[in-house]
Amino acid sequence: MRTGKIKSRQPDDTVPCVDYTGDPAGAAVYLDAATAAPLHPVAREAMLASLADGWADPTRLYAAGRRAQQLHEAATAVVAQILRVRPDEVSFWPSGTAAAQAAVLGGLAGRRRSGSSLVHSAIEHSAVLHAARTVEAHEVGVDRTGRLDLDAWERAVSASGVALASLISASHEVGSVQPVAAAAAYCAESGVPLFVDAAQSVGRVPVPDGWSLLSASAHKWGGPPGVGVLVVRKGVRWVSPQPQDDLYRPRPAGAPNLPSIVAAAASLRAVTDSGQSENARLSALVDRIRDRVAATVPDVEIVGDPVDRLPHLVTFSCLYVDGEALLHALDRHGFAVSSGSSCTSSTLRPSHVLEAMGVLSHGNVRVSLHSGVTGADVDRFLAVLPGLVAGIRAEVGM
Amino acid sequence: MITLDCLGQKCPLPVIRLARAIPGVPVGEMVRVLADDPAAANDIPAWCRMKGQEFVAGDGRAFDVRRIS
Repeated sequence: MRTGKIKSRQPDDTVPCVDYTGDPAGAAVYLDAATAAPLHPVAREAMLASLADGWADPTRLYAAGRRAQQLHEAATAVVAQILRVRPDEVSFWPSGTAAAQAAVLGGLAGRRRSGSSLVHSAIEHSAVLHAARTVEAHEVGVDRTGRLDLDAWERAVSASGVALASLISASHEVGSVQPVAAAAAYCAESGVPLFVDAAQSVGRVPVPDGWSLLSASAHKWGGPPGVGVLVVRKGVRWVSPQPQDDLYRPRPAGAPNLPSIVAAAASLRAVTDSGQSENARLSALVDRIRDRVAATVPDVEIVGDPVDRLPHLVTFSCLYVDGEALLHALDRHGFAVSSGSSCTSSTLRPSHVLEAMGVLSHGNVRVSLHSGVTGADVDRFLAVLPGLVAGIRAEVGM
Repeated sequence: MITLDCLGQKCPLPVIRLARAIPGVPVGEMVRVLADDPAAANDIPAWCRMKGQEFVAGDGRAFDVRRIS
């Protein structure tokens, strides 16, 4: 194991003086699959094949265009089958964010005559919250574990003038699975369509039925970046928020990124086939992290539902620790993690999810696992973490 | 009542100041933390919950904590 050389501290130093060579003190271990999972080998193969065969515009009528159209249809059919929907309900977008925003804005526009307001949980992805700010929105809170307040949800969706409701399938920051089926039932009673942002669930865990619109993101399951999926069920009114030739049939403007779409579909098939055994393996590793961090790091709060959670994601906050300092200290040891602490965000505000839960936001670390993470990687993370936390606390005299 | 002026300080500094001040506060007495970092409104109540102290009130800039243990 390589270690950074520690020089003697100068009197005016305000930060630990470690030569940053770019060489981490240990092998690189990527623990941020919830941001972007490493590209699945099947995705790489499928992308190379479709770069050779699917580069043409699928709307053209010559042979190369027809081959591209066949690839597009095959990819759509794979995604539709896995999501248990019809192929003509599926469209591909330039990102999960673009798909989610098309769902919210298109769903609202389609219900203009029935209402204008949006009901959403307090823990939606910022992509949805940004779309929500364009209209009158009613936010529904969560409890300390990050689970939707269903009573408040029922009241909110049954109010008059609600055009659309939006619920994330499982929290992208703390992993708590949301009561989608119950929330969908309340929406159905009031005739309000439900949009489910399923970016963290698709490719890992099933999403309950009952929703009207759904979005997902290929690079969360091991597909390439730049592919979002939007599903609009038959009978759900959707009107394009953007100028396009057919305002009622969801599709983004411009030519599709077909090689990436084909790779996204192939990798979704691959991760779905290996899903159950892989989920059990990752979930056991998450339990190990939850238990060991609580046992070895003093003054730590493990956040999110310990049982009803995503299989691959765990989040904790350490008292008296600067989240950015901890993130960089872990990075120097080869570990890539994410943080919801204010010092790590572009807005310098703490994560709205942690705020909504009322849990500690500083010293926050989100670890999210993927098929390339081994038990030995997790054990090394667990061995390194307590010393790093103690070191940062010692810097501030705690 | 002790007042800790943490205006302009970034989290977790206001929480660290509070944690350091608490041992010098008699049980039952209050500490007021002045802090304008956006994370303080969330993290001071969270600290109270984790450390078994009472969060009395907060208005986004001044936060009152009572030592109860």
